[in-house]
Amino acid sequence: MRIGVDVGGTNTDAVLMDGGTVVAWTKQPTTADVGSGVAAAIGEVLSQADVPAGAVASVMVGTTHFTNALVERNKLDTVGILRLASPSGEALPPMTGWPADLADRIGSHVYLLPGGYEVDGREIAPLDETRVRAAVRELRAAGVNAIAITSVFAPVNSGMEARAAELVHEEHPEAAITLSHAIGRIGFIERENAAILNAALGSLAARVVSAFERALVEIGVQAPLYISQNDGTLISAHQAAAYPVLTIGSGPTNSMRGAAFLTGVRDAIVLDVGGTTTDVGVLANGFPRESSVSVDIGGARTNFRMPDILAIGLGGGTRIHLDPAHYEAETLADDSFRVGPDSVGFRIVEQARLFGGGTLTASDIAVAAGRAQFGDPSKLPALSQPVIDAVWARGQAMIEEAIDRMKTSRGDAVLLAVGGGNFLIPDTVRGAAQVIRPPHAAVANAVGAAIAQVGAQIEQVVSYDREPREAALDRLRGQASEQVIAAGGVPDSVEIVELEEVFLSYLPGRSAQVRVRIVADLAENAHVFDEKLTESYATQSH
Amino acid sequence: MQPNRIDREALIDLATGAAFLGSGGGGDPYYARLLGEAEIARRGAFGLVSLDSLADDALVVPCGWIGAPTVSVEKLPNGREALNGLRKLAEIMGKPIDAVMPIEIGGGNGLAPLLAAAELGIPVVDADGMGRAFPESQMAIFNIEGLSACPSVVTSSCGSLSVIETDDNLEHERQARKLSVELGGTAHMVEYPLSGADAKAHAIGGSITAAIAIGRAVREARAAGADPFAALYAALVDTGLYPHSGALFDGKIVDLERETRGGFSVGRVIIEGFNGQGRMEMEFQNENLIATVDGVVRAMVPDLITVMDRETADSITTERLRFGQRVKVVGAAAPDKLRTERALAIVGPGAFGLADAYRPIETLNDWGNG
Repeated sequence: MRIGVDVGGTNTDAVLMDGGTVVAWTKQPTTADVGSGVAAAIGEVLSQADVPAGAVASVMVGTTHFTNALVERNKLDTVGILRLASPSGEALPPMTGWPADLADRIGSHVYLLPGGYEVDGREIAPLDETRVRAAVRELRAAGVNAIAITSVFAPVNSGMEARAAELVHEEHPEAAITLSHAIGRIGFIERENAAILNAALGSLAARVVSAFERALVEIGVQAPLYISQNDGTLISAHQAAAYPVLTIGSGPTNSMRGAAFLTGVRDAIVLDVGGTTTDVGVLANGFPRESSVSVDIGGARTNFRMPDILAIGLGGGTRIHLDPAHYEAETLADDSFRVGPDSVGFRIVEQARLFGGGTLTASDIAVAAGRAQFGDPSKLPALSQPVIDAVWARGQAMIEEAIDRMKTSRGDAVLLAVGGGNFLIPDTVRGAAQVIRPPHAAVANAVGAAIAQVGAQIEQVVSYDREPREAALDRLRGQASEQVIAAGGVPDSVEIVELEEVFLSYLPGRSAQVRVRIVADLAENAHVFDEKLTESYATQSH
Repeated sequence: MQPNRIDREALIDLATGAAFLGSGGGGDPYYARLLGEAEIARRGAFGLVSLDSLADDALVVPCGWIGAPTVSVEKLPNGREALNGLRKLAEIMGKPIDAVMPIEIGGGNGLAPLLAAAELGIPVVDADGMGRAFPESQMAIFNIEGLSACPSVVTSSCGSLSVIETDDNLEHERQARKLSVELGGTAHMVEYPLSGADAKAHAIGGSITAAIAIGRAVREARAAGADPFAALYAALVDTGLYPHSGALFDGKIVDLERETRGGFSVGRVIIEGFNGQGRMEMEFQNENLIATVDGVVRAMVPDLITVMDRETADSITTERLRFGQRVKVVGAAAPDKLRTERALAIVGPGAFGLADAYRPIETLNDWGNG
């Protein structure tokens, strides 16, 4: 049995899964210390199912914590930035083009130092060890403990970054070091940005991951802990603590994978309605559609593969701005009210009218409209039908527009409605052929974490003079697939998510460094995935 | 409309338009845009003048980056390159430079001269030497029209400076290319010093404002929730420089082979249609050169072929292409000046070693009259 947990800003969701079956699920408020909310959620599903902690084989956690920290500029470390590139690159110092508030949070401890490699392997300038040591001593004296190091062409030759790391370690043993080549690919600015963001998340990641670990110990779960990444695959908690930036797009990925899994539908538009926003994404053959272009994280440009998501400001806690004098109006002008974009978020249980609070929210309107049943409807203010209709219609228009923007073909799409606020999506939506609201829709992202895939990566330098390119790529694809299958992946579900080839012009002959990354569904899940698929076809044909 | 200033919004539109006109090349305008934004924040909008406003005896200098774009996303500029080159050229010419222009409007090179011009206190001319981007220096309209590239100055981000003096523009390109390889795969070049009269007679006039208009159309369409591709096609035709345009293919990148060879980024990309329908094969040498669908040619150089994100309509330069990207390939007719017999000998398929004889994109795709 496996446990999937999704730690969101508002709720911590957990599911206990046996193979592909959801045995128990719960939704608990996210706590300030993170760990106690996780412990409570895991404890709850175990006791619901009456399963001992020892029966849990693994725990998969998806978290939007690190994304939120960047978006909210919260709990970030000051970073010492060592760039080994001078004299090249001085026109574009680190964090150029970043939002000022994010750059301010990171600080201005920037060192442009000689170094880096040319494309042909020569050094742009030798590493100046004295200057690196001096920079690190300054950083140490200033109390800067997070250090990001980036050198030119590090994905091809990481030697200089590694040597700089040794020097940092000697001068500042407590420093947490991020090396750009461990995170990113060719594209200096994007890789450096990712390294800086990763360094900034260092202590938060360490705290959050150890809070997860303590939560498991507390309830006696000894199973290994995994954290889900952007592409829907898992990394160990230990890796996630060192490279939190790799987990940054995992939230939407998990809910989309969970939605696909729960419905068996592989091509659809997924609406994940939370307390604050609705994330709209597109499933193509069971995988989130990826964004083709560089993706801004917290406003900084990186080159990660990220799911292509449109977030709109409509969720269960979205505030409805309407003068109470108009609550019982017979007609409501378009400009006399506003939906969001602000939300009461996790304070919905105190502030929404349904719960006796004083703020009119999207949830209140949904209940008043008879679209959902929860809270105490007797606490709702008197609202006239035209008012309810007008506000509801506005929300629907926002949803329809978002669907339209994400669509790739003219026809009506299948819509999967998940997330705690999925009641905001009615059963018929303009532009949708069908709305599917799977069982356990409210915890689809925890399900997505629980069914996260296995992945494998192979990186090798290949000489195309000795082995023809096609043969070499086939061989590497084959090796990566074997690894993935050996790790429990289902052969039919194997998918190449990345194939990067960097030609090394300084080696004799045509040599390239090739990186192949492959993912696959875990065996026990895929089986159920197919069953679900058959089921859903059956329901569609009645 | 003829803006005489390039403010921040116009700069962003210029970057978007230049990215499209680069036909995959000219370098990613993102870095040039960041530099430009920082400069505007410091000193205000950039000055832009029309070709007509130049005196016949003015000294006008085209400039831009040469080398492999794949390198330019790793080894970034030092910031002094253009300025060093222009100062040296002024010294050689024995007179001050009156204005600069992009050697090519495509990609980052469409924005490249802005900074140096601002620092020298001279304007940028609303024109360029290619009307798009081409991999080699002798492919500029000035060589096609028989003007000399020399004296020219090549500078690097490590501070080196070389003057090239040759009688022959092809030889000039060879020397400059060799230098760019020696300098680490990317270098800055000022070349084809022109009189105002020659610039007026031969440059592709209005291409900066055209790029801004294209970028603006895409931005406005996105903001209005309208189809950015439709807006792009219409804006291209409206410029008067690119009379036909449309979509060539829609699909996902399934293979990509590229290497840095002799100072160029050369390679091939294969795009598969969704639902397994059709397969586009495209070859590039910095810029996209020829696109075939299931063995049938759909566009060839000098007509423009640009790979774009199929949702956002962002242009993707060849160095940013990646396995798995979902893209739309868009084509546009090259400016008339590049389609003469004389021009095609230098910028047509044959000049790139392609076997096919040039056929206009509108004929290949049956696009009628735009």
